[in-house]
Amino acid sequence: MVDGARAYGLIVAMWVRSTVAYRASFLMAVAVNFAVTGLDFAAIMIMFTHVDALGGFTVAEVAFLYGTTGMALGLADLLLGSMDKLGARVRDGTLDTLLVRPVPVFFQVAADRFALRRLGRVSQSLLVLGWSLTQLETAAWSAVQVALVPVMVLSGTAIFGAVFACGAAFQFWAQDASEVQNSFTYGGNTLLQYPPTVFATELVKGVTFVVPLAFVNWLPALRVLGRDDPLGLPGWVDFASPAVAALCCAVAAAAWRRGLRGYRSTGS
Amino acid sequence: MHAARLALVVAVGSFRRYATYRVATVAGVVTNTAFGFILAFTFTALWSERPRLGGYDLPQALAFVWIGQALLAATALMGGGAENELQGRIRSGDVAVDLYRPADLQLWWLAADLGRAAFQLLGRGVVPLAVGALAFPLALPTTPLPWLLFLTSVTLGVVVGFALRYLVVLTSFWLLDGSGVSAMSGLLGVFFSGMLLPLTLFPGAFGETVRLLPWSSMLQVPADVLLEVRQGPDAARALGFQALWALALLGAGRLLQRVAIRRVVVQGG
Repeated sequence: MVDGARAYGLIVAMWVRSTVAYRASFLMAVAVNFAVTGLDFAAIMIMFTHVDALGGFTVAEVAFLYGTTGMALGLADLLLGSMDKLGARVRDGTLDTLLVRPVPVFFQVAADRFALRRLGRVSQSLLVLGWSLTQLETAAWSAVQVALVPVMVLSGTAIFGAVFACGAAFQFWAQDASEVQNSFTYGGNTLLQYPPTVFATELVKGVTFVVPLAFVNWLPALRVLGRDDPLGLPGWVDFASPAVAALCCAVAAAAWRRGLRGYRSTGS
Repeated sequence: MHAARLALVVAVGSFRRYATYRVATVAGVVTNTAFGFILAFTFTALWSERPRLGGYDLPQALAFVWIGQALLAATALMGGGAENELQGRIRSGDVAVDLYRPADLQLWWLAADLGRAAFQLLGRGVVPLAVGALAFPLALPTTPLPWLLFLTSVTLGVVVGFALRYLVVLTSFWLLDGSGVSAMSGLLGVFFSGMLLPLTLFPGAFGETVRLLPWSSMLQVPADVLLEVRQGPDAARALGFQALWALALLGAGRLLQRVAIRRVVVQGG
Protein backbone atom coordinates (compact mmCIF):
# COMPACT_ATOMS: atom_id res chain seq x y z
CA MET A 1 0.00 0.00 0.00
CA VAL A 2 2.76 2.44 0.99
CA ASP A 3 4.85 1.28 -1.99
CA GLY A 4 1.81 1.66 -4.19
CA ALA A 5 1.19 5.21 -3.03
CA ARG A 6 4.87 6.05 -3.58
CA ALA A 7 4.75 4.63 -7.10
CA TYR A 8 1.52 6.56 -7.70
CA GLY A 9 3.34 9.74 -6.69
CA LEU A 10 6.27 9.01 -8.99
CA ILE A 11 4.09 8.23 -12.02
CA VAL A 12 1.99 11.31 -11.35
CA ALA A 13 5.11 13.49 -11.16
CA MET A 14 6.26 12.06 -14.49
CA TRP A 15 2.97 12.87 -16.21
CA VAL A 16 2.90 16.35 -14.73
CA ARG A 17 6.36 17.03 -16.19
CA SER A 18 5.27 15.67 -19.53
CA THR A 19 2.08 17.78 -19.75
CA VAL A 20 3.88 20.95 -18.74
CA ALA A 21 6.24 20.43 -21.69
CA TYR A 22 3.58 21.69 -24.12
CA ARG A 23 3.04 24.82 -22.09
CA ALA A 24 0.55 26.72 -24.26
CA SER A 25 -1.63 23.68 -24.62
CA PHE A 26 -1.46 22.92 -20.89
CA LEU A 27 -2.41 26.43 -19.82
CA MET A 28 -5.26 26.41 -22.28
CA ALA A 29 -6.44 23.04 -20.96
CA VAL A 30 -6.47 24.31 -17.35
CA ALA A 31 -8.34 27.44 -18.39
CA VAL A 32 -10.83 25.34 -20.33
CA ASN A 33 -11.34 22.92 -17.48
CA PHE A 34 -12.01 25.89 -15.23
CA ALA A 35 -14.34 27.46 -17.78
CA VAL A 36 -16.25 24.29 -18.69
CA THR A 37 -17.46 23.99 -15.16
CA GLY A 38 -17.85 27.77 -15.05
CA LEU A 39 -20.28 27.78 -17.96
CA ASP A 40 -22.17 25.00 -16.25
CA PHE A 41 -22.68 27.41 -13.39
CA ALA A 42 -23.42 30.26 -15.77
CA ALA A 43 -26.34 28.19 -17.10
CA ILE A 44 -27.67 27.87 -13.55
CA MET A 45 -27.28 31.63 -13.04
CA ILE A 46 -29.20 32.26 -16.27
CA MET A 47 -31.96 30.00 -14.94
CA PHE A 48 -32.10 32.15 -11.82
CA THR A 49 -32.47 35.35 -13.86
CA HIS A 50 -35.89 33.94 -14.79
CA VAL A 51 -36.94 32.41 -11.44
CA ASP A 52 -36.34 33.17 -7.75
CA ALA A 53 -36.28 29.58 -6.58
CA LEU A 54 -35.86 26.19 -8.18
CA GLY A 55 -37.66 23.34 -6.41
CA GLY A 56 -37.99 25.75 -3.46
CA PHE A 57 -34.23 26.36 -3.22
CA THR A 58 -32.60 29.78 -3.60
CA VAL A 59 -29.61 30.51 -5.80
CA ALA A 60 -27.24 30.41 -2.81
CA GLU A 61 -28.54 27.01 -1.76
CA VAL A 62 -28.19 25.61 -5.27
CA ALA A 63 -24.67 27.08 -5.42
CA PHE A 64 -23.88 25.28 -2.17
CA LEU A 65 -25.03 21.98 -3.69
CA TYR A 66 -23.11 22.81 -6.86
CA GLY A 67 -19.88 23.59 -5.01
CA THR A 68 -19.91 20.54 -2.78
CA THR A 69 -20.60 17.98 -5.49
CA GLY A 70 -18.26 19.76 -7.90
CA MET A 71 -15.38 19.61 -5.42
CA ALA A 72 -16.04 15.95 -4.66
CA LEU A 73 -16.21 14.98 -8.33
CA GLY A 74 -13.26 17.21 -9.21
CA LEU A 75 -10.99 15.65 -6.59
CA ALA A 76 -12.05 12.09 -7.50
CA ASP A 77 -11.57 12.92 -11.18
CA LEU A 78 -8.11 14.34 -10.50
CA LEU A 79 -7.01 11.29 -8.50
CA LEU A 80 -8.67 8.47 -10.45
CA GLY A 81 -10.24 10.02 -13.54
CA SER A 82 -7.83 8.39 -15.97
CA MET A 83 -9.09 4.95 -15.04
CA ASP A 84 -11.68 5.07 -17.80
CA LYS A 85 -8.81 4.47 -20.23
CA LEU A 86 -8.49 0.95 -18.84
CA GLY A 87 -10.79 -0.48 -21.52
CA ALA A 88 -8.39 0.62 -24.25
CA ARG A 89 -5.51 -1.10 -22.42
CA VAL A 90 -7.50 -4.32 -22.08
CA ARG A 91 -8.41 -4.15 -25.77
CA ASP A 92 -4.92 -3.71 -27.12
CA GLY A 93 -3.21 -5.85 -24.50
CA THR A 94 -0.95 -3.15 -23.05
CA LEU A 95 -2.31 -3.97 -19.59
CA ASP A 96 0.09 -6.92 -19.62
CA THR A 97 3.02 -4.51 -19.28
CA LEU A 98 1.53 -3.16 -16.08
CA LEU A 99 1.09 -6.66 -14.66
CA VAL A 100 4.81 -7.47 -14.73
CA ARG A 101 5.86 -4.28 -12.95
CA PRO A 102 6.43 -4.56 -9.19
CA VAL A 103 3.71 -2.02 -8.34
CA PRO A 104 0.01 -2.72 -7.68
CA VAL A 105 -1.87 -2.43 -10.99
CA PHE A 106 -4.53 -0.23 -9.41
CA PHE A 107 -2.04 2.55 -8.67
CA GLN A 108 -0.46 2.29 -12.10
CA VAL A 109 -3.82 2.57 -13.85
CA ALA A 110 -4.97 5.37 -11.57
CA ALA A 111 -1.84 7.43 -12.22
CA ASP A 112 -1.71 6.69 -15.93
CA ARG A 113 -2.03 9.90 -18.01
CA PHE A 114 -2.59 11.88 -14.82
CA ALA A 115 -4.20 15.15 -15.89
CA LEU A 116 -3.24 18.13 -13.75
CA ARG A 117 -5.63 20.30 -15.78
CA ARG A 118 -8.47 18.75 -13.75
CA LEU A 119 -7.53 21.13 -10.95
CA GLY A 120 -9.60 23.56 -13.00
CA ARG A 121 -12.86 21.95 -11.91
CA VAL A 122 -11.75 21.72 -8.28
CA SER A 123 -10.79 25.38 -8.07
CA GLN A 124 -13.93 26.57 -9.85
CA SER A 125 -16.15 24.52 -7.52
CA LEU A 126 -14.23 25.83 -4.52
CA LEU A 127 -14.93 29.38 -5.65
CA VAL A 128 -18.64 28.70 -6.05
CA LEU A 129 -18.75 26.95 -2.67
CA GLY A 130 -16.98 29.88 -1.02
CA TRP A 131 -19.37 32.35 -2.64
CA SER A 132 -22.40 30.32 -1.55
CA LEU A 133 -21.17 30.24 2.06
CA THR A 134 -21.09 34.04 2.12
CA GLN A 135 -24.62 34.21 0.67
CA LEU A 136 -26.40 31.55 2.71
CA GLU A 137 -28.88 32.90 5.20
CA THR A 138 -28.26 30.15 7.75
CA ALA A 139 -28.18 32.60 10.64
CA ALA A 140 -25.89 30.89 13.14
CA TRP A 141 -23.58 28.18 11.97
CA SER A 142 -23.38 25.47 14.63
CA ALA A 143 -20.14 23.52 15.02
CA VAL A 144 -21.88 20.49 13.54
CA GLN A 145 -22.88 22.35 10.39
CA VAL A 146 -19.37 23.74 9.93
CA ALA A 147 -17.80 20.30 10.40
CA LEU A 148 -20.21 18.69 7.96
CA VAL A 149 -18.89 20.68 4.97
CA PRO A 150 -15.36 19.21 4.77
CA VAL A 151 -16.68 15.78 5.82
CA MET A 152 -19.13 15.99 2.95
CA VAL A 153 -16.47 16.90 0.40
CA LEU A 154 -14.08 14.15 1.51
CA SER A 155 -16.75 11.44 1.72
CA GLY A 156 -18.08 12.61 -1.63
CA THR A 157 -14.61 12.29 -3.15
CA ALA A 158 -14.40 8.73 -1.85
CA ILE A 159 -17.88 7.85 -3.18
CA PHE A 160 -17.17 9.27 -6.64
CA GLY A 161 -13.73 7.60 -6.51
CA ALA A 162 -15.40 4.27 -5.80
CA VAL A 163 -17.68 4.84 -8.81
CA PHE A 164 -14.62 5.48 -11.00
CA ALA A 165 -12.96 2.31 -9.68
CA CYS A 166 -16.11 0.20 -10.17
CA GLY A 167 -16.43 1.58 -13.69
CA ALA A 168 -12.84 0.59 -14.39
CA ALA A 169 -13.40 -2.91 -12.96
CA PHE A 170 -16.47 -3.24 -15.20
CA GLN A 171 -14.27 -2.58 -18.23
CA PHE A 172 -12.43 -5.86 -17.68
CA TRP A 173 -15.61 -7.46 -19.01
CA ALA A 174 -17.07 -4.77 -21.26
CA GLN A 175 -14.09 -2.97 -22.74
CA ASP A 176 -16.03 -0.48 -24.81
CA ALA A 177 -18.55 0.49 -22.16
CA SER A 178 -16.52 3.15 -20.37
CA GLU A 179 -19.17 5.74 -21.21
CA VAL A 180 -21.73 4.10 -18.91
CA GLN A 181 -19.84 5.32 -15.88
CA ASN A 182 -20.27 8.89 -17.13
CA SER A 183 -23.96 8.52 -16.24
CA PHE A 184 -22.97 8.07 -12.62
CA THR A 185 -19.99 10.44 -12.40
CA TYR A 186 -20.74 13.46 -14.60
CA GLY A 187 -24.44 12.61 -14.68
CA GLY A 188 -24.47 12.17 -10.91
CA ASN A 189 -22.69 15.49 -10.54
CA THR A 190 -25.31 17.26 -12.68
CA LEU A 191 -28.05 15.58 -10.65
CA LEU A 192 -26.57 16.62 -7.31
CA GLN A 193 -26.23 20.26 -8.40
CA TYR A 194 -30.00 20.58 -8.20
CA PRO A 195 -32.13 20.12 -5.07
CA PRO A 196 -33.69 16.66 -4.58
CA THR A 197 -37.15 18.27 -4.59
CA VAL A 198 -36.79 18.76 -8.35
CA PHE A 199 -36.65 15.05 -9.12
CA ALA A 200 -39.14 12.19 -9.06
CA THR A 201 -39.15 10.25 -5.78
CA GLU A 202 -38.12 7.01 -7.54
CA LEU A 203 -34.99 8.71 -8.86
CA VAL A 204 -34.15 10.11 -5.41
CA LYS A 205 -34.65 6.65 -3.88
CA GLY A 206 -32.43 5.13 -6.57
CA VAL A 207 -29.51 7.43 -5.81
CA THR A 208 -29.99 6.95 -2.07
CA PHE A 209 -30.33 3.18 -1.77
CA VAL A 210 -28.92 1.71 -5.01
CA VAL A 211 -26.04 3.96 -6.09
CA PRO A 212 -25.64 6.03 -2.92
CA LEU A 213 -24.80 9.33 -4.61
CA ALA A 214 -27.25 11.15 -2.31
CA PHE A 215 -24.63 10.81 0.43
CA VAL A 216 -22.13 12.89 -1.59
CA ASN A 217 -23.99 16.07 -0.71
CA TRP A 218 -27.79 15.89 -0.72
CA LEU A 219 -28.37 14.33 2.71
CA PRO A 220 -25.64 16.17 4.65
CA ALA A 221 -26.36 19.39 2.75
CA LEU A 222 -30.03 19.28 3.70
CA ARG A 223 -28.90 19.22 7.33
CA VAL A 224 -26.55 22.16 6.79
CA LEU A 225 -29.26 24.12 5.00
CA GLY A 226 -31.84 23.18 7.63
CA ARG A 227 -34.17 21.53 5.12
CA ASP A 228 -36.31 18.42 5.39
CA ASP A 229 -35.31 15.48 3.30
CA PRO A 230 -38.01 14.51 0.78
CA LEU A 231 -37.74 10.81 1.64
CA GLY A 232 -38.27 11.44 5.38
CA LEU A 233 -35.26 9.36 6.44
CA PRO A 234 -34.16 9.37 10.11
CA GLY A 235 -31.85 12.25 11.09
CA TRP A 236 -28.71 10.21 11.71
CA VAL A 237 -28.60 9.39 7.98
CA ASP A 238 -27.28 12.93 7.39
CA PHE A 239 -24.09 11.93 9.20
CA ALA A 240 -23.72 8.54 7.52
CA SER A 241 -21.68 9.79 4.54
CA PRO A 242 -18.26 8.62 5.80
CA ALA A 243 -19.62 5.15 6.55
CA VAL A 244 -21.32 4.95 3.17
CA ALA A 245 -18.10 6.11 1.52
CA ALA A 246 -16.13 3.36 3.30
CA LEU A 247 -18.68 0.79 2.18
CA CYS A 248 -18.48 2.02 -1.41
CA CYS A 249 -14.69 1.76 -1.35
CA ALA A 250 -14.91 -1.81 -0.02
CA VAL A 251 -17.31 -2.75 -2.82
CA ALA A 252 -15.07 -1.08 -5.39
CA ALA A 253 -12.00 -2.89 -4.05
CA ALA A 254 -13.77 -6.25 -4.28
CA ALA A 255 -14.99 -5.49 -7.81
CA TRP A 256 -11.52 -4.40 -8.88
CA ARG A 257 -9.92 -7.59 -7.50
CA ARG A 258 -12.47 -9.80 -9.23
CA GLY A 259 -12.01 -7.95 -12.49
CA LEU A 260 -8.24 -8.12 -12.38
CA ARG A 261 -8.26 -11.80 -11.47
CA GLY A 262 -10.55 -12.56 -14.39
CA TYR A 263 -8.29 -10.74 -16.88
CA ARG A 264 -7.16 -13.14 -19.60
CA SER A 265 -5.07 -10.83 -21.77
CA THR A 266 -5.65 -10.47 -25.49
CA GLY A 267 -4.93 -12.73 -28.42
CA SER A 268 -5.07 -16.50 -28.69
CA MET B 1 -17.51 12.52 -60.35
CA HIS B 2 -14.48 10.70 -59.04
CA ALA B 3 -14.41 12.90 -55.95
CA ALA B 4 -18.10 12.26 -55.22
CA ARG B 5 -17.64 8.49 -55.53
CA LEU B 6 -14.61 8.59 -53.28
CA ALA B 7 -16.47 10.66 -50.70
CA LEU B 8 -19.33 8.17 -50.72
CA VAL B 9 -16.96 5.23 -50.21
CA VAL B 10 -15.21 7.02 -47.34
CA ALA B 11 -18.54 7.93 -45.72
CA VAL B 12 -19.88 4.37 -45.98
CA GLY B 13 -16.63 3.00 -44.58
CA SER B 14 -16.80 5.43 -41.68
CA PHE B 15 -20.46 4.53 -41.00
CA ARG B 16 -19.56 0.83 -40.83
CA ARG B 17 -16.54 1.51 -38.69
CA TYR B 18 -18.58 3.26 -36.01
CA ALA B 19 -21.30 0.63 -36.31
CA THR B 20 -18.73 -2.00 -35.27
CA TYR B 21 -18.52 -0.81 -31.67
CA ARG B 22 -21.92 -2.02 -30.50
CA VAL B 23 -21.19 -2.07 -26.78
CA ALA B 24 -19.88 1.49 -26.94
CA THR B 25 -23.06 2.52 -28.75
CA VAL B 26 -25.26 0.94 -26.08
CA ALA B 27 -23.15 2.59 -23.36
CA GLY B 28 -23.58 5.95 -25.07
CA VAL B 29 -27.34 5.48 -25.34
CA VAL B 30 -27.55 4.69 -21.62
CA THR B 31 -25.60 7.85 -20.77
CA ASN B 32 -27.63 10.09 -23.09
CA THR B 33 -30.84 8.70 -21.61
CA ALA B 34 -29.65 9.23 -18.03
CA PHE B 35 -28.71 12.86 -18.77
CA GLY B 36 -32.03 13.30 -20.56
CA PHE B 37 -33.92 12.31 -17.42
CA ILE B 38 -31.88 14.60 -15.17
CA LEU B 39 -32.29 17.60 -17.46
CA ALA B 40 -35.97 16.86 -18.08
CA PHE B 41 -36.67 17.06 -14.33
CA THR B 42 -34.76 20.32 -13.93
CA PHE B 43 -36.55 21.80 -16.94
CA THR B 44 -39.88 20.68 -15.46
CA ALA B 45 -39.04 22.56 -12.25
CA LEU B 46 -37.99 25.63 -14.22
CA TRP B 47 -41.03 25.70 -16.51
CA SER B 48 -43.46 25.05 -13.66
CA GLU B 49 -42.16 28.28 -12.06
CA ARG B 50 -42.27 30.20 -15.34
CA PRO B 51 -44.53 28.67 -18.01
CA ARG B 52 -43.75 29.88 -21.58
CA LEU B 53 -40.15 30.64 -20.60
CA GLY B 54 -38.03 31.38 -23.69
CA GLY B 55 -41.13 31.06 -25.86
CA TYR B 56 -41.57 27.34 -25.19
CA ASP B 57 -44.31 25.60 -23.27
CA LEU B 58 -43.38 22.64 -21.06
CA PRO B 59 -43.85 19.85 -23.68
CA GLN B 60 -41.70 21.87 -26.10
CA ALA B 61 -39.02 22.46 -23.47
CA LEU B 62 -38.96 18.76 -22.63
CA ALA B 63 -38.76 17.89 -26.33
CA PHE B 64 -35.80 20.30 -26.55
CA VAL B 65 -33.98 18.33 -23.84
CA TRP B 66 -34.43 15.01 -25.58
CA ILE B 67 -33.65 16.38 -29.05
CA GLY B 68 -30.43 17.66 -27.51
CA GLN B 69 -29.54 14.25 -26.11
CA ALA B 70 -30.41 12.63 -29.44
CA LEU B 71 -28.14 15.00 -31.37
CA LEU B 72 -25.26 15.14 -28.89
CA ALA B 73 -23.28 12.29 -30.47
CA ALA B 74 -24.23 13.03 -34.09
CA THR B 75 -23.09 16.65 -33.93
CA ALA B 76 -20.02 15.62 -31.88
CA LEU B 77 -20.62 18.60 -29.63
CA MET B 78 -18.49 17.20 -26.84
CA GLY B 79 -15.80 15.94 -29.19
CA GLY B 80 -15.45 12.56 -30.83
CA GLY B 81 -15.67 13.68 -34.45
CA ALA B 82 -14.01 11.57 -37.12
CA GLU B 83 -11.30 14.19 -37.63
CA ASN B 84 -9.91 13.46 -34.15
CA GLU B 85 -7.66 10.96 -35.84
CA LEU B 86 -6.26 13.64 -38.14
CA GLN B 87 -4.99 15.48 -35.08
CA GLY B 88 -2.84 12.50 -34.13
CA ARG B 89 -1.64 12.18 -37.71
CA ILE B 90 -0.53 15.81 -37.78
CA ARG B 91 1.36 15.33 -34.54
CA SER B 92 3.08 12.13 -35.65
CA GLY B 93 3.79 13.42 -39.15
CA ASP B 94 1.66 10.77 -40.86
CA VAL B 95 -0.30 13.62 -42.40
CA ALA B 96 2.51 13.77 -45.01
CA VAL B 97 1.22 10.45 -46.35
CA ASP B 98 -2.34 11.81 -46.50
CA LEU B 99 -1.18 14.85 -48.44
CA TYR B 100 0.22 12.94 -51.38
CA ARG B 101 -2.88 10.84 -51.78
CA PRO B 102 -4.93 11.84 -54.84
CA ALA B 103 -7.78 13.01 -52.62
CA ASP B 104 -8.67 16.31 -51.04
CA LEU B 105 -7.86 16.34 -47.32
CA GLN B 106 -10.86 18.39 -46.19
CA LEU B 107 -13.36 16.52 -48.36
CA TRP B 108 -12.00 13.18 -47.16
CA TRP B 109 -12.53 14.01 -43.50
CA LEU B 110 -15.87 15.69 -44.15
CA ALA B 111 -17.08 12.47 -45.79
CA ALA B 112 -15.72 10.42 -42.89
CA ASP B 113 -17.47 12.68 -40.40
CA LEU B 114 -20.78 12.56 -42.26
CA GLY B 115 -20.63 8.76 -42.24
CA ARG B 116 -19.97 8.83 -38.51
CA ALA B 117 -22.78 11.29 -37.88
CA ALA B 118 -25.26 9.23 -39.92
CA PHE B 119 -24.53 6.21 -37.77
CA GLN B 120 -24.63 8.11 -34.51
CA LEU B 121 -27.90 9.80 -35.40
CA LEU B 122 -29.48 6.37 -35.86
CA GLY B 123 -27.53 4.41 -33.26
CA ARG B 124 -27.45 7.00 -30.50
CA GLY B 125 -30.27 9.35 -31.37
CA VAL B 126 -33.38 7.26 -31.93
CA VAL B 127 -33.51 5.36 -28.64
CA PRO B 128 -33.05 8.32 -26.24
CA LEU B 129 -35.70 10.34 -28.10
CA ALA B 130 -38.09 7.36 -28.02
CA VAL B 131 -37.50 6.80 -24.30
CA GLY B 132 -38.02 10.50 -23.66
CA ALA B 133 -41.29 10.45 -25.62
CA LEU B 134 -42.51 7.48 -23.56
CA ALA B 135 -41.57 8.96 -20.19
CA PHE B 136 -42.57 12.60 -20.73
CA PRO B 137 -45.17 14.45 -22.80
CA LEU B 138 -43.08 15.79 -25.71
CA ALA B 139 -44.31 18.24 -28.31
CA LEU B 140 -43.12 16.29 -31.36
CA PRO B 141 -44.79 16.82 -34.74
CA THR B 142 -46.97 14.10 -36.25
CA THR B 143 -46.69 15.24 -39.88
CA PRO B 144 -43.67 14.29 -42.04
CA LEU B 145 -42.70 17.81 -43.23
CA PRO B 146 -41.13 19.07 -39.95
CA TRP B 147 -39.20 15.83 -39.65
CA LEU B 148 -37.82 16.20 -43.20
CA LEU B 149 -36.82 19.81 -42.51
CA PHE B 150 -35.30 18.63 -39.23
CA LEU B 151 -33.14 16.01 -40.99
CA THR B 152 -31.95 18.65 -43.49
CA SER B 153 -31.21 21.02 -40.64
CA VAL B 154 -29.32 18.34 -38.68
CA THR B 155 -27.23 17.52 -41.76
CA LEU B 156 -26.31 21.19 -42.16
CA GLY B 157 -25.60 21.36 -38.43
CA VAL B 158 -23.25 18.40 -38.69
CA VAL B 159 -21.40 20.09 -41.57
CA VAL B 160 -21.07 23.32 -39.57
CA GLY B 161 -19.79 21.33 -36.59
CA PHE B 162 -17.26 19.53 -38.76
CA ALA B 163 -16.10 22.77 -40.40
CA LEU B 164 -15.49 24.31 -36.97
CA ARG B 165 -13.64 21.30 -35.63
CA TYR B 166 -11.58 21.04 -38.80
CA LEU B 167 -10.33 24.58 -38.20
CA VAL B 168 -9.45 23.51 -34.66
CA VAL B 169 -7.59 20.43 -35.84
CA LEU B 170 -5.54 22.51 -38.28
CA THR B 171 -4.13 24.50 -35.34
CA SER B 172 -2.20 21.31 -34.49
CA PHE B 173 0.14 22.21 -37.35
CA TRP B 174 1.34 25.06 -35.12
CA LEU B 175 0.67 23.84 -31.59
CA LEU B 176 1.44 20.12 -32.13
CA ASP B 177 -0.67 19.18 -29.10
CA GLY B 178 -4.18 20.23 -30.02
CA SER B 179 -5.96 18.93 -26.95
CA GLY B 180 -6.24 22.37 -25.32
CA VAL B 181 -7.87 24.04 -28.33
CA SER B 182 -10.09 21.00 -28.87
CA ALA B 183 -11.32 21.19 -25.31
CA MET B 184 -11.96 24.92 -25.71
CA SER B 185 -13.93 24.32 -28.89
CA GLY B 186 -15.99 21.59 -27.23
CA LEU B 187 -16.75 23.95 -24.39
CA LEU B 188 -17.99 26.70 -26.71
CA GLY B 189 -20.05 24.12 -28.57
CA VAL B 190 -21.87 22.86 -25.50
CA PHE B 191 -22.68 26.32 -24.20
CA PHE B 192 -23.49 28.17 -27.43
CA SER B 193 -25.43 25.37 -29.14
CA GLY B 194 -28.16 25.37 -26.51
CA MET B 195 -27.17 22.04 -24.97
CA LEU B 196 -27.12 23.45 -21.42
CA LEU B 197 -30.08 25.79 -21.85
CA PRO B 198 -32.09 26.84 -24.92
CA LEU B 199 -30.46 29.97 -26.37
CA THR B 200 -33.80 31.81 -26.20
CA LEU B 201 -33.30 31.97 -22.42
CA PHE B 202 -30.04 33.88 -22.74
CA PRO B 203 -30.65 37.48 -21.72
CA GLY B 204 -30.74 40.59 -23.92
CA ALA B 205 -28.09 41.49 -26.48
CA PHE B 206 -25.93 38.60 -25.32
CA GLY B 207 -28.73 36.21 -26.22
CA GLU B 208 -29.23 37.82 -29.63
CA THR B 209 -25.53 37.56 -30.44
CA VAL B 210 -25.36 33.95 -29.28
CA ARG B 211 -28.21 33.01 -31.59
CA LEU B 212 -26.26 34.36 -34.59
CA LEU B 213 -23.11 32.35 -33.86
CA PRO B 214 -22.42 29.15 -35.85
CA TRP B 215 -22.89 26.89 -32.82
CA SER B 216 -26.63 27.58 -32.76
CA SER B 217 -26.78 25.56 -36.02
CA MET B 218 -25.96 22.42 -34.11
CA LEU B 219 -28.93 22.23 -31.75
CA GLN B 220 -30.99 25.41 -31.38
CA VAL B 221 -31.88 25.71 -35.07
CA PRO B 222 -32.68 22.01 -35.72
CA ALA B 223 -34.73 21.86 -32.52
CA ASP B 224 -36.72 24.99 -33.42
CA VAL B 225 -37.40 23.54 -36.86
CA LEU B 226 -38.67 20.27 -35.41
CA LEU B 227 -40.72 21.98 -32.72
CA GLU B 228 -42.28 24.14 -35.48
CA VAL B 229 -41.26 27.26 -33.59
CA ARG B 230 -39.77 28.17 -36.94
CA GLN B 231 -41.91 27.09 -39.86
CA GLY B 232 -42.69 28.12 -43.42
CA PRO B 233 -40.47 30.97 -44.65
CA ASP B 234 -38.87 31.23 -41.23
CA ALA B 235 -37.76 27.58 -41.45
CA ALA B 236 -36.27 28.32 -44.88
CA ARG B 237 -34.39 31.26 -43.36
CA ALA B 238 -33.13 28.96 -40.61
CA LEU B 239 -31.76 26.47 -43.13
CA GLY B 240 -30.23 29.30 -45.14
CA PHE B 241 -28.51 30.59 -42.01
CA GLN B 242 -26.99 27.18 -41.43
CA ALA B 243 -25.93 26.81 -45.07
CA LEU B 244 -24.19 30.19 -44.98
CA TRP B 245 -22.21 29.28 -41.89
CA ALA B 246 -21.33 25.89 -43.39
CA LEU B 247 -19.96 27.50 -46.57
CA ALA B 248 -18.12 30.27 -44.73
CA LEU B 249 -16.46 27.89 -42.28
CA LEU B 250 -15.57 25.28 -44.90
CA GLY B 251 -14.04 28.11 -46.95
CA ALA B 252 -12.04 29.32 -43.96
CA GLY B 253 -10.88 25.74 -43.44
CA ARG B 254 -9.59 25.57 -47.01
CA LEU B 255 -7.66 28.81 -46.63
CA LEU B 256 -6.11 27.77 -43.33
CA GLN B 257 -5.28 24.36 -44.80
CA ARG B 258 -3.31 26.01 -47.62
CA VAL B 259 -1.23 27.95 -45.11
CA ALA B 260 -0.84 24.95 -42.80
CA ILE B 261 0.40 22.57 -45.47
CA ARG B 262 3.36 24.84 -46.17
CA ARG B 263 4.51 24.09 -42.65
CA VAL B 264 4.85 20.36 -43.25
CA VAL B 265 8.47 19.30 -43.36
CA VAL B 266 9.08 15.69 -44.36
CA GLN B 267 12.23 14.29 -42.85
CA GLY B 268 14.67 12.63 -45.19
CA GLY B 269 12.95 13.93 -48.34
